Formats: sequence, C-alpha cells, structure tokens
Amino acid sequence: MKTIYLDNNATTKTDEEVLNTMMPYLLDNYGNPSSIYKIGRENKKAIEDSREKVAQILNCEPNEIYFTSGGSESDNTAIRGIAYSYKNKGNHIITSKIEHPAVLETCKQLEKEGFEVTYIGVNKNGIIDLEELEKSIKSTTILITIMFANNEIGTIEPIKEIGEIARKNNIIFHTDAVQAVGSVKIDVRKLNIDSLSLSAHKFYGPKGIGVLYVKRGIQFNKIINGGHQERNKRAGTENVAGIVGLAKAMDLAYRNLEANNEKVKELRNYYVKQIKEKIPYIKINGDMEKRLPGNSNISFRFIEGEGLLLNLDLKGICASSGSACTSGSLNPSHVLLAIGLPHEIAHGSLRISIGKYNTKEEIDYVIENLVEIVGRLREMSPLWEKFIEEENK
Amino acid sequence: MEYSEKVVEHYTNPRNVGKIENASGIGEVGNPVCGDIMKMFIKVENNVIVDVRFKTFGCGAAIATSSISTEMIKEKTIEEALQLKNTDVVNNLGGLPPVKLHCSVLAEEAIHEAIADYYRKEGKLTEEEITRKCNLKKHSCESCGI
Repeated sequence: MKTIYLDNNATTKTDEEVLNTMMPYLLDNYGNPSSIYKIGRENKKAIEDSREKVAQILNCEPNEIYFTSGGSESDNTAIRGIAYSYKNKGNHIITSKIEHPAVLETCKQLEKEGFEVTYIGVNKNGIIDLEELEKSIKSTTILITIMFANNEIGTIEPIKEIGEIARKNNIIFHTDAVQAVGSVKIDVRKLNIDSLSLSAHKFYGPKGIGVLYVKRGIQFNKIINGGHQERNKRAGTENVAGIVGLAKAMDLAYRNLEANNEKVKELRNYYVKQIKEKIPYIKINGDMEKRLPGNSNISFRFIEGEGLLLNLDLKGICASSGSACTSGSLNPSHVLLAIGLPHEIAHGSLRISIGKYNTKEEIDYVIENLVEIVGRLREMSPLWEKFIEEENK
Repeated sequence: MEYSEKVVEHYTNPRNVGKIENASGIGEVGNPVCGDIMKMFIKVENNVIVDVRFKTFGCGAAIATSSISTEMIKEKTIEEALQLKNTDVVNNLGGLPPVKLHCSVLAEEAIHEAIADYYRKEGKLTEEEITRKCNLKKHSCESCGI
C-alpha cells in the first residue's frame, strides 16, 4: 500500500537535493572541524558558509547564529540561558498557553527553580491576547517567549507587535519559530526578535539539527558544557552534514517560498472546503487567514481522534490528532483546550498538514476515506446516536 | 503505541456493533470528557444472553475491548457474564498498552451495568442486591475519577 504522508507539521521528508549536499561530509570530508588538517579545515569552512547563509535569510549577522541539535535544544538554551543570565535583573517570564512542550516544560522547570511565569491566553482562533500580554508585564519581567506559529492549529502570532511591546518595555523577546521557518518570511530585525529557534526537519532538512539565533549583546548562559565549539556557547563536535543540510534546505525553502506556499495552500483550502461540504457537524480549529499554508485542524464531533487515526493508518494515511489517547495523557491537547474547545470536541480533532510533495490525487483519496471512516465511527458512537435522537424529537 | 494483532483486528472489524430495540438491559459507562463512552445492549432469554450489541465513542482500544467482550458474553448465562473480568478481556486481546488498561475496565463495567439494568427491569431484586451482585461502582472512569 502506498504511504500518503500528511503530517508535515510533525516532520518532513528530507529533500534529495539536501541529502546530496550532505553526503560528502559523511563519506569523504568526515574530519573533525576543530582539527588542523585539510578534511577538518574544510569542514570548518562549510560550517561558516552555512552560518552565513542562515544569517542572510533571517537578516542577522553570522555571529548571531548558533547551531544546536534542534528546536527543543534551542528553546531550552534560549529560555534557561537568558533566565539565568538576567536573574539579577528580575525573575519574571511571560509565555503563552499554547506553546510547544519544549517551551512550556522549560518554563515549568524554571518555576521550580524560583522564577515566576505568566501563561497568557489566546482567543478562540488561537491568537495571543496582546492586551493581556501588556498587562502582565512587571518591573521584574526579563523575558517574553511566544511562538511564531502554532504546531497544532497553524495560527501565526502577531510577532511584530509582540516584538514592539518587548522593545518598548526593554524586555528580551524569544520566539519558538520551529513551525514557521520554511513557510513564513522572517526578518529578525524588522520583527524585533531578540532570540529565535528553528529546526531543519520541518522544512525538508535532516532531523537532529537546528539553530538558535541570539541578537548580539544579549547574554545567555550556555547549557551544554564541554569544548569551545560555537564560540564557546554550545559544546560538542559539530554535526557538519546536518549543518550543511540545514542551510541547503533553508535556502531551497526561501528560494521557492511563494510557489511552494501557493501550491500547499491551494491543496489545504481544497481539502477543508471538501470536508466542509461532505461531512456535517465539524469544527475548523484555528484562524483561516493568519495560518501556516499547509496546516488544517478539524474536529469531527461525536468521534474520538485515535480511532480515526488508526483507521486512516489502515489506508496508508499518516496524520495526527489532539486527542488524549494519542498524547499519552488523560487530557486532550492543551492548545485545543486553550482555544476553548470542550474536551469531547478536542478529542475528535484531526490535523492534516500538507507539504510540497503532496498531490491533489492524494487529497482526494484522503477525503474519500475520511467520509467513509467518520461515517462508520459515528454509526458506532453512542454520542452520535443520542444527538440524532434529540435532533429527531 | 503498539497494539496487538488481535486489537487491530477487532478495531478494524468490530463485532456486534449497533443497538437492540427493546433490549432486556442497557449499560452505559464512561464520560465524553475522558474520551470514552461504552454502551452495551443485552437481550436475555431464560437467563441466557442471547444477543449483545455495543456502541462506543473512544480510541482503538475502547472499540476493541467492547467488541471482544460482546463475543465473550454472548450465549452465556447472566452469572457467567458477571464473572467476566477485565483481565480476561486483556488476555483475550493478547494484551493492551498500560495506558489503555482502563478501556478493559470500562468494558467489564458496561456489562455489569447492562445486567443491573436487566435486573431492575425484571423487578425481583432490591437496588442494594443489584449493586452487590453486579459489583456496581460509583465512578465509571477510575483513571480520571469523573
């Protein structure tokens, strides 16, 4: 059976062009970049060229770019590193209720260590409440960390405005842009971003490599101790092939940004429109305008998400859900609860995230199967039975 | 999460899905907030469960445990059906992931509730006797306590 991959917000297939750029650094130029001989030195140059490329795309300086193992490490380093560095100035951090666990769990850890964290809410579309943000600023606030785009519902946050608020109040602004980089144009200067996380595998690059951008002049304690790599800010022999792959993937993503976004968005809109027409009693989660191009998140009422995913998997379709059963906890997605969905509707959510390799035929196949599966699961659902009985009264 | 082949087989082709008109007993347990509800319908003739159907809102494990437990109590006497333990359901399914064990508890409870409903309709036993005989619990969903 053919695999139909529609979980591109989780990760993406590595682009072959990216892989080809990486291969020489695994097979031939495998030297340690800190070494003096040729196959080491050349690697050092490859790293610096990649750094320059990344900096150019984000509109910052190469010495503001640090390579890490990915989004989680970048978020941990930025938040903890900045918090420890500025703890003499204050101990208050502001974040949102819909952050990725890499941010939320780091903030929770800091709370245990004596920091104070405010988790601000979002409206029903998942957009940050700017007024609440301004009101929660205190004299002790040292850091605002708010995601660029949400990984579950695809909502793009008002980053420029948040950056302005932070700047006005002389507070450092970090953004977890893992989900946005590769599909949104980002100029860290124009957007007043002081610190940013990104990860290559979200835009057809390899897994295990990411970037932390930190504006010059902003201090952050290093989290990983050891050698002097990354200007003594992140120890560990550099993942050269990964770094080269990341830069290549980012270059490809931004060179073809509009065309890719247009294609992906068209497929996404087609999918949502068809589902709306063909399946009653659904709820579209997130904002349809301020949204990542490939992301869709729909709750199918009266059914549970894991049952839906398992049935899709039997048809070769890969997707994800915010149901408790798939999160491994008892609660459904914190993001869906934050936008005000009742538990039972959050349990029935399905995230289909479209990427550059998907085709209209694949989307048609998914729609056809979803209509059948949702129908069958509803026939099996006591909630549906009850609803229909009440409708017929 | 890894499901056994038997679980996959049951959620792919669940047995005895549906409802029974004029059922002898109906039992509903679980809560939409927790993400699973099971509803069991039984038809009893001469103390034997001659037919059983279910409707379930829930994950793959919830559907599979409902399905297999209907097979396990069909053609059984009421007393035999009350003997069914959630561990028997789990064993028959070739195991369940630890976080899904509560689904098997729900299946056991749904059967007990359906039989209790049958006893109530029959009108021969007091509520106290029914509660004891069917081992009815106050909370259906042990894991979240709702």
